[in-house]
Amino acid sequence: MNEQTPISREDRLQKLKGIGSARKRVEDARFTQGKGNYVDDFNLPGMLFGDFVRSPYGHARIKNIDKEAALAVPGVIAILTAEDLKPLNLHYMPTLAGDVQAVLADEKVLFQGQEVAFIIAEDRYIAADAVELVDVDYEELPALTDAFKALDDDAPLLREDIKDKMEGAHGPRKHHNHIFLWEEGDKTGTEQALSVADVVVEEKITYQRVHPCPLETCGCVASMDKINGKLTVWGTFQAPHAVRTVASLITNIAEHNIRIVSPDIGGGFGNKVGVYPGYICSIVASIVTGQPVKWIEDRIENLTATAFARDYHMTGKIAATKDGKITGLWCHVLADHGAFDACADPTKFPAGFFHIVTGSYDIPVAYVGVDGVYTNKAPGGVAYRCSFRVTEAAYLIERMIDILAHKLDMDPVELRLKNFIKKEQFPYQSALGWEYDSGDYHTAMEQGMAAVDYYALRSEQAENRAAFDRGETRTLMGIGTAFFTEIVGAGPVKNCDILGLGMFDSCEIRIHPTGSAIARLGTVSQGQGHATTFAQIVATEIGIPAEDITLEEGDTDTAPYGLGTYGSRSTPVAGAATAMAGRKIRAKAQMIAAYLLEVHEGDLEWDVDRFQVKGNPEAHKTMKEIAFASYNQAIPGLEPGLEAVSYYDPPNMTYPFGAYFCVVDLDVDTGVVDVRRFYALDDCGTRINPMIIEGQVHGGLTEALAITMGQEISYDEHGNVKGGSLMDFYLPTAVETPVWETDFTVTPSPHHPIGAKGVGESPNVGGVPALSNAVNDAFAHKGLTHMQMPHDHWRVWKTAEKLGLTG
Amino acid sequence: MSKMHVKMTVNGKEIEALAEPRTLLIHFLRENQKLTGPHIGCDTGHCGACTIDLDGKSIKSCMTFVGQVAGKSVTTIEGIANPDGTLHALQEAFREHHGLQCGFCTPGMITRAHSLLQENPDPTDEEIRYGISGNLCRCTGYQNIVKAIRAAAQMLNVQEAAE
Repeated sequence: MNEQTPISREDRLQKLKGIGSARKRVEDARFTQGKGNYVDDFNLPGMLFGDFVRSPYGHARIKNIDKEAALAVPGVIAILTAEDLKPLNLHYMPTLAGDVQAVLADEKVLFQGQEVAFIIAEDRYIAADAVELVDVDYEELPALTDAFKALDDDAPLLREDIKDKMEGAHGPRKHHNHIFLWEEGDKTGTEQALSVADVVVEEKITYQRVHPCPLETCGCVASMDKINGKLTVWGTFQAPHAVRTVASLITNIAEHNIRIVSPDIGGGFGNKVGVYPGYICSIVASIVTGQPVKWIEDRIENLTATAFARDYHMTGKIAATKDGKITGLWCHVLADHGAFDACADPTKFPAGFFHIVTGSYDIPVAYVGVDGVYTNKAPGGVAYRCSFRVTEAAYLIERMIDILAHKLDMDPVELRLKNFIKKEQFPYQSALGWEYDSGDYHTAMEQGMAAVDYYALRSEQAENRAAFDRGETRTLMGIGTAFFTEIVGAGPVKNCDILGLGMFDSCEIRIHPTGSAIARLGTVSQGQGHATTFAQIVATEIGIPAEDITLEEGDTDTAPYGLGTYGSRSTPVAGAATAMAGRKIRAKAQMIAAYLLEVHEGDLEWDVDRFQVKGNPEAHKTMKEIAFASYNQAIPGLEPGLEAVSYYDPPNMTYPFGAYFCVVDLDVDTGVVDVRRFYALDDCGTRINPMIIEGQVHGGLTEALAITMGQEISYDEHGNVKGGSLMDFYLPTAVETPVWETDFTVTPSPHHPIGAKGVGESPNVGGVPALSNAVNDAFAHKGLTHMQMPHDHWRVWKTAEKLGLTG
Repeated sequence: MSKMHVKMTVNGKEIEALAEPRTLLIHFLRENQKLTGPHIGCDTGHCGACTIDLDGKSIKSCMTFVGQVAGKSVTTIEGIANPDGTLHALQEAFREHHGLQCGFCTPGMITRAHSLLQENPDPTDEEIRYGISGNLCRCTGYQNIVKAIRAAAQMLNVQEAAE
């Protein structure tokens, strides 16, 4: 069976389409023909529909719920309220942050859009009719929507269910609306550094409440098979195994009798990490009725009730010498968590990895304190296309650096270069406790500066400012730079878990007799193209062409246990597991090859797709031949077959970084900001598929544009959501979106098996500060220190007006 | 609620069915006709995931009642491929140029692009961007979608010139 076709090593490598290949996506054939399989596409026999009655108030007591008229509608099967769930102890569910959240409102509603009753009906139209007919008698209570007033003595009591519980999941609570105070770093040392510094700048910087808003909303189909006792739930789950464990713990159905499936997912961006009341109610409804129950939220429900992101009110103080050497960083955050603490963070980190806030800079001493508070807003606090609270941290430090540069009258890029962690300092221990794995910041920044011709842009800006002052133009030019360092790939089991589940991930690879393979992972693609890229890792590791490898994810009955896809963890954790599983297969394959070639294992070397005898490459066995042999030969000392599984516990996080440059032209009379140019250099370590990386960067930058320029979920003083539909919530179209320029450097992660770091979220983390810095920079010479996001036309115009620049 | 008799052409086939008059066309196509290519991404006509072609014009099928299309001809993503079963140039180009990621906007986007190229067979990048501005994508940043539509237009124009 030896393949004798003399093909060159280069051709064999090409054929694999392994790591580094811009391989076209295998997912696309289905999607371009409308043959995707999203949860709303499921149509099971006898399927019922669920829909919610939701609170119109931000804060109110429920005096009575009258279901009679709704129950009289033909086709309405049942209506669940908290009273129905109480006997099952399901009226509250645990959150990922150590709090509980009402599944259906228990005596009180705490945010507009909160789930009050769940209608089960024969079709979605009947369910919608019944929603209108449920008569809920509310007594409105004063709403708390300003986080700065949450801890006032006379602030309304929101959480009556925990009013006497003054010890929370993250330590003592100092007020009935307080959730935790979390601190990291050297407070005394930092205050000392601030007190002796030549220069200190202080700024209050808010990162507004936004929403991930994937194009597909959240939903599920729950089906309880009463004959075999098995519950199957198909749904929009970024972490299906975690959902299975949580479902088992709260329903008392044994875990082997629960199957959770994530079919195709229409974007996640963090929105689909959490467990929502709709999932629990659908499961209960299916158990009660014995029929499958589908629940699909609409867009307004998605924006107003499922997980928001950010809502961090940050205060930063930076100390420096007069020539621009940073000597300390002090930060405090007032974190608005809404009505229930449902933040999606690893258990030990109630503010996520916000303490990456020292960024790309060698800052000797730092302190962070975060106070979490309850308000009458929707719960959530997910990582919207970023690792846990990393984008908030990157925004704070990158704005503060610009503000410091302005104060020192230094160029912001030069200030960054002066304070960067140097290449030879890696692995670098940050003042707030992280060990940065690798980086070469100066090279990346200088490559970016050359690409955009940075100093020429500054000269052009000087001319523009002079022309503006002479009255020759009404447009101001702004230049924004951001140099971010992310922390992704959560994470090491020693300090990262969610509800006690260690944040390792997994891959199982099985080679078929004829030399093709299937790989199954604990992660879930939501557009990232895992079926394409993970097959490339397998191809490189075991020498089977990527096109001969099926990749499967998202079915807990077949996939090995993993913690799912969010926080750019798939490549750093499951990608590592994939490489390690491949290496286990290769190790066994080497033993088989040695037997077949009648040589000692040590006499063999791996070459692309085969083991060959050292010094005699003609004597070789390809992986395909080895695979067949593993199934048809009795090899002494070896079990038949060729498969392996790896559960990978990463030794550290990975630290992708990048240099972003943005140029805007801002019309002071209309507030319209035109993004003239945006250059993004990313270093995500080893690059698995350059085409997919570029696509991820385009998409992440567009989300950054949306956040910076327009997205906001705000509330009025009564607790009404403003911006809860696509009428108001800004999603840029192709017209507002600029052309993105991408570039890269490669600094592999030293601890990752293939050196990859993850990239999907970098453009959001770096994009927001680069865009915001550019808009702020346009006004900097007119005395502006900081303008709050979003930089929509109205706010930009108001800023111009305040600075005396408008007509 | 009582049902009405509806008759229309869907992807070249005459169909007849019973539906409540208030049924939105998107629900009729997805649930009655089992054409789950067009998707629902909002309820307000903004996202374009439900875009279909009605008598040669792009419409949002979540903004249309089934009764409004009686006697008309509907084309969905399932009807875009060439008559011989091969993929349409747009479907090929979206794959070739990485014009999709999660795939949720893709059916509506391709269906819209299909009409756009009939309205304007040789659009500039700017015309493409305006032409698809009723369709939102959260993953790609549109850049590769624009590239894919331009490439498909070129491919179709070359084919037409050869015929």
